[in-house]
Amino acid sequence: MIAEIGLAALWLAAALAALQLVGGLVAQRAGADAEIARLTRPAAILQGGLVAVSFASLLWVFAITDLSVKLVAANSHTAKPMIFKLSGAWGNHEGSMLLWVTVMALAGALIAAVERRLPEKTMQATLAAQSFVALGFYGFLLLASNPFERLAQPAAEGLGLNPLLQDIGLAFHPPTLYIGYVGLSVAFSFALGALLTKQVTPDFARAMRPWILGAWVFLTLGITAGSYWAYYELGWGGYWFWDPVENASLMPWLAATALLHSASVLASRDALRVWTIMLGVVAFSMSMLGTFLVRSGVLTSVHAFAVDPERGSFILFLLAIYIGGALLLFALRAGSISEGERFSVASREGALVVNNVMLSAILAVVLLGTLYPLLTEAFDVRVSVGPPYFNPVSAIFVFPMLAIMAVGPLLRWRRDSWGRISKEVALLVALLLAALVLFGLLAEVAILPLLGLAFAITLGVASFLPLRGRSLRRAPLSLWGMVLAHFGLAVALLGMASESAFSTEKLAALGEGDVTSVGPWEVTLEAVEPVAGPNWTALSGRMQVSYSGGEPVEINPQSRNFWAPAQQTAESVLLTRWNGQLYAVIGTQAPDGRWQVRLWWKPLVTLIWYGGMLIALGGILALIGRVRSDLRRRSAKRKGAARRLEMETVK
Amino acid sequence: MRLLAGLLMALAALPLAAQQTLPPAPYAYRQLEDPAQEAQAQELMETLRCLTCQSQSIADSDAPMAGDMRHQVRIRIAAGEEPEEIRSWLMERYGDYVSYEPVMSASTWPLFAIPLLLVLIAAAIFWRRFRKRA
Repeated sequence: MIAEIGLAALWLAAALAALQLVGGLVAQRAGADAEIARLTRPAAILQGGLVAVSFASLLWVFAITDLSVKLVAANSHTAKPMIFKLSGAWGNHEGSMLLWVTVMALAGALIAAVERRLPEKTMQATLAAQSFVALGFYGFLLLASNPFERLAQPAAEGLGLNPLLQDIGLAFHPPTLYIGYVGLSVAFSFALGALLTKQVTPDFARAMRPWILGAWVFLTLGITAGSYWAYYELGWGGYWFWDPVENASLMPWLAATALLHSASVLASRDALRVWTIMLGVVAFSMSMLGTFLVRSGVLTSVHAFAVDPERGSFILFLLAIYIGGALLLFALRAGSISEGERFSVASREGALVVNNVMLSAILAVVLLGTLYPLLTEAFDVRVSVGPPYFNPVSAIFVFPMLAIMAVGPLLRWRRDSWGRISKEVALLVALLLAALVLFGLLAEVAILPLLGLAFAITLGVASFLPLRGRSLRRAPLSLWGMVLAHFGLAVALLGMASESAFSTEKLAALGEGDVTSVGPWEVTLEAVEPVAGPNWTALSGRMQVSYSGGEPVEINPQSRNFWAPAQQTAESVLLTRWNGQLYAVIGTQAPDGRWQVRLWWKPLVTLIWYGGMLIALGGILALIGRVRSDLRRRSAKRKGAARRLEMETVK
Repeated sequence: MRLLAGLLMALAALPLAAQQTLPPAPYAYRQLEDPAQEAQAQELMETLRCLTCQSQSIADSDAPMAGDMRHQVRIRIAAGEEPEEIRSWLMERYGDYVSYEPVMSASTWPLFAIPLLLVLIAAAIFWRRFRKRA
């Protein structure tokens, strides 16, 4: 019964989305006050409610493990802990697509309910665009991936007990990224709405900005967490592989970062109108592309995609319609939108334009490197594009971007001169050169990590310069947000460069009692003992490790064998010190009885993820600051209107 | 019923387990004595693709095949072969796919041409936008 309610709610929501689309479109011809046009907002709100009911139904059938529902039988199990039963609801294809439309419908409902500063006609066009995108995904859910499908015969027990997926990090990683992906759909809809009505105004940028910020924060957190998960789980100390699945989350992030900055220029200076619209279209297009890459099976092999074409083709079709349609509309209308206010090179806007172009170029490089092997594979030519390509080629654009990022925030809006900030620039250049010389001469670091170290230190200092001469307590929250986010990038960069430049690796075959060393650590393998868990057995190494002759600490890396399904995993141990991490893995036993042990000392590696968290924190601060000032402005406007009314009645 | 399923699964897993008990080649998990040679080997291994994994180099994979390839790379480096000779030997055996090192060829030139084009486009955008005032 619950499953049927969920399905019915989904169909009703799809019908409301159709109504919303018609209403929004009619408004463009007949005006915002046409009878059907006035239904647009209520339709969006009701639709959000219905989809929430549908998603709650899915959670419910997973919570009670209703084995007559096909999805539950295939992905859950009565013996799972409750938290993993619930996370199992979105840990599969159908459920994750329902989560996608849920986030999308709730976002649509929220803008319909609260967003009042734009002209009503533009709002209706925006909601029409939102429902247009949603309709495609409703169709995909209802026609090709129904999550509520029943089994003719209820299953005796569920199949899903994959221990690897029962990880709290993995349970919340996908929804985090999804919220980020789908949050960008709002920016997309705003962009289309503005294109339809040709109303590209600072108000439009202000309406769109909290959504970009929110989505961007979730994407940042998702990428950071995913990278840390790969780092500790894969057991080789790598944290970023330029894997297509990783790139699928990086591309929307790059586009959203560019969009965020461009929308800021539009909001405060009424410039960069066309850029902002285009980036709004591109950002969500990258989200959809990412979903297509991950969900269609095209990644394992282009040919695997052809074997089960229904879902993949459906998403590809949606992709073509939405991205193609949006770009077409953009091409038709962009000419009629004026550029907006002009500005000189030496201005805040000038620096932001440079950064936007650089970010877009990085995005293009990642897109090229990700899609190119898929393209050639379709013609049976297999090409490998990996870190040796992505690192240097993206660096061409990354380092100029970092340089501008250091000085841009010091410039004034519209028109400034380099002379005014010459002292600061001289300081930063001196810092950069000093770091280059220092690390280049003393440590013989390779070129990319060397540039990384020098730019990280320079940017780390530069990111705080916008606060100079200001009262720290009275600086607006959004300024603090920018400072923190930029500083976070410097911190993450320092971690990456340091990991790449100064890591030491030791592979050793150790008998019980043998001693080895890695970096400043001395490692003694005392014993290897068998241990058993609920669904695995493991060999657990007992090691004493001491940091430059200090007090030894015991660590226990394990090599685990799961029996259902049969799978071997390395449970690495990470021992964190303020200046880095010791990474220890124990492998198999050699014929001579010694154990194969892998050790790394990775100086400052943890900064990568602390940096990611700082970036997200910066985004959160900026979001709070923006929403608060929006609310204040709105209440001021209301008070002003009330007073005017009062004055008139007195007269 | 559940016991039976478990037994079946255990049986199905047997050949896999048997394969994994083969000891890995000696230099799969051992470094070369000479740190300079090891650094050379490491650098090469990071640019060779693990053919049985998804997007990992042979330098960071537990797959048996990656282990064998690491062994090959290390003993060949120790025997004095140049890294690029080893790469071409591997590419002859497994195809260009095994190497991550970007090489310009008939099938890869767009990977180099497009970034170059991007630089030009970026320059053109700046030129158009800032020409009047600067």
